[in-house]
Amino acid sequence: MRIFIQIIIFLIIIPSKSFALIEVDITRGNLDPLPIAVSPLSIDENSRKNFEKILKKKNIGEEISKIIEVNLKTSGLFNPLNKDAFLQAPDIANLKPRFEDWNLIKAQALITGKVSFIDEKLRVEFRLWDVLAGKEMVALAFTTVPTNWRRVGHIITDKVYQRLTGEKGYFDTRIIYVAEEGPKTKRIKKLAIMDQDGANNKFLTLGNELVLTPRFNPTSQMVTYLSYFRNLPRVYLLDIETGMQEVVGDFPGMTFAPRFSPDGKKIIMSFAKDGNSEIYTMDLENRIVEKITNHPSIDTSPSFSPDGKFICFNSDRSGYQQIYVMKSDGSNVKRISFGKGLYGTPVWSPRGDLIAFTKLHKGKFYIGVMRTDGSGERLLTENFYQEAPSWSPNGRVLIFYRETKTDVKGEGFSAKLWSIDLTGYNERMVKTPTDASDPSWSSLLSN
Amino acid sequence: MKHLFSCEKVRVRNIDQGAIMKLNKILKNTLLIVFACLALSACATSKKTTGQMQGDVYTGTDTVEYLASGVPDRVFFATNESVLTTASRETLRKQATYLRKNSKITIVLEGHADERGTREYNLALGERRANAAKDYLMTYGISSDRISVLSYGKERPVDSGSNPLAWSKNRRSVTVKAN
Repeated sequence: MRIFIQIIIFLIIIPSKSFALIEVDITRGNLDPLPIAVSPLSIDENSRKNFEKILKKKNIGEEISKIIEVNLKTSGLFNPLNKDAFLQAPDIANLKPRFEDWNLIKAQALITGKVSFIDEKLRVEFRLWDVLAGKEMVALAFTTVPTNWRRVGHIITDKVYQRLTGEKGYFDTRIIYVAEEGPKTKRIKKLAIMDQDGANNKFLTLGNELVLTPRFNPTSQMVTYLSYFRNLPRVYLLDIETGMQEVVGDFPGMTFAPRFSPDGKKIIMSFAKDGNSEIYTMDLENRIVEKITNHPSIDTSPSFSPDGKFICFNSDRSGYQQIYVMKSDGSNVKRISFGKGLYGTPVWSPRGDLIAFTKLHKGKFYIGVMRTDGSGERLLTENFYQEAPSWSPNGRVLIFYRETKTDVKGEGFSAKLWSIDLTGYNERMVKTPTDASDPSWSSLLSN
Repeated sequence: MKHLFSCEKVRVRNIDQGAIMKLNKILKNTLLIVFACLALSACATSKKTTGQMQGDVYTGTDTVEYLASGVPDRVFFATNESVLTTASRETLRKQATYLRKNSKITIVLEGHADERGTREYNLALGERRANAAKDYLMTYGISSDRISVLSYGKERPVDSGSNPLAWSKNRRSVTVKAN
C-alpha cells in the first residue's frame, strides 16, 4: 500500500510531444474560441459507488469534466462542444479516440480521462489530444484525497491551458474578497474566500467590524487586510489555515492599503498621521519598519514590481491623484500617468510589463493598463463606478469590483465582482452569494 | 464648476504679480476694475448657490446634528478638497467655544469622503479632512489631547443617493463626543 499523502502527486505517464499543431493565441482578443470536446471522464461501477458514498455525487467523473468545461468556457479562449453530439463512449475514447468522429463534430482538441477509487483515494488520469494531427499532447495522472476532486478539475484545466496557449493557467486559484450586506449607509462587511470559479465560498470574519482591502501573500496562505477592530483602522495579518490574526506593526494612527512584497516577506502600506499619508514597509521576520516616501501629500496604494526593485503608488503631489513609480528604497520618484482625468489603485502585473489602474474621467470610471513608464495606456472597460483591479497569477485576466448607481430614493445599490481579459474582451460577472468588493487573486495553489 | 473657480483665482494672481509692475497707476486701476468685474461675474456663475449647495459644498442642514444648542456637529468639503470654507470655520469656532466651556469633553473627528473616489485614496482624504478640522480647533485653544481622528473614507455615507447633492452631504468631518 502506498504512503498516504495529502498533496497531489503528478505522474507523467507518457512524455508529451512537442510538435503540436493547434495553438491558442491569447495576446489578441479571441473572437474565435477553439472548439474543444471534453469527454466525460470514464469511471468503473465500483469506483462510482464508492465516490457516491463519500462525496454524495452520482458520477464524479462527469462532475470533474463539468468543472473543466466551465473553466475553459469562462476563459473565453475555448468553446466546449455539446456532449450530446459525442459519438464515442468515454472509456474507449480514453484508450484510443476515433479522430474522424471528433473531427466530424469540428472538435480541434479532445480531453479524455478515467477516474478510479484506489486505496481510499481518488486517482484521475487524463489525456489531451490534437484531433487534426491525431496525436496525444499531454497525459497525466493525479492521486489525491477524494474531497480534493474540484481541485483536480482545476489542475487539469491548468495543464490543458498551458499546453494549448504556452502560458501557465490560473484555474487552481482562490479569490479573497469583501462580502457586503445591508443598506449603503450601514454596510456590513466580512472577509470571504472562494475558489476562482465561485465554489467553496467561506466567510472568514463575522461582520462585527468593518474590514477592507484583503490581499493574498503570493507565496503562502496568508492574507493582509484593513480592519476597524475597536474603531482603530489598522493593517492586520491573517493565516487562512489557522485563523490566527495579528496587527502589523505598532503605528500611532491609521495604517491602510496593505500589500505583500513579491517574496511574501514584507508588507507595504500607508500610515496616516496629521493629515499626511506616507508609504512604509515592515519586514515580517525582523519587524523592521522603513519609511519609503516623504512628502506632505497623500501617498497610498503601493504595489511592488514582481522583481521587488520598484514600487508603483498613488499620490496627489501634483494636485490630483496620479500614478508614480519609484525605486523600492523610495528614490527616483517619477510620475507616469499623464492622460486626462484622475488615476488610482496602480497594481503591477505579475509579468512585470504592465500596471493596471482605475481612472476617473468626466464622471466615468475605467479599468485600464499602461506600460511601467506610463506609455501605451489602454482602457479596458468603462462604467458608473468600478475600481481595484487584481491580476490573475498569469497576468492575463483582471478581477475588480463594480458598484451600481442608486435611484432617486437612494435604493438599488449593489456591488459585484467582474473579470475581464487583458485584451479587453471576455468581460463577465463573477458570481458571489452576497454583494462583493475588493477582490484579490491568489497565486496558483499547485505548480 | 471647480475648474472655473480655480481658473479665476489664477487670473487674479497674474494681475497682482505680473501686470501691475509694468503698468502705470491709472492704467493699472482701470484694468484692475475691469478684471475684478470679470472675476466677480465668473465668481457669481461658478459659485452659484443651487438650493443646498454653494459650488459643490453642502450648505444645508438636513443631516446636521448638534453637540449643544446652536453648535452644529459637522463641516462640509468640496470634491477632493480638505480646505475649510468660511461656513466651516464658523461652525468650528462654535465647537471650540463649546469645548472650552465643557473642558472634560473629549472628541473624535470622523473624516469622510463621497463614493466617487477609490477606496484607499478616500481613506487618506478622510483623514486629511478630519485633521483640517482638528488643526482649526487647536488654533482656538482645544488641546490635541482631547481630539482623536478617525477616517472612514467612503465607508459610512449619510446619504445613499448617487447624485451631486448626496455626495456633498457625504464629504464631511463630524465631531463626535467620545465620553
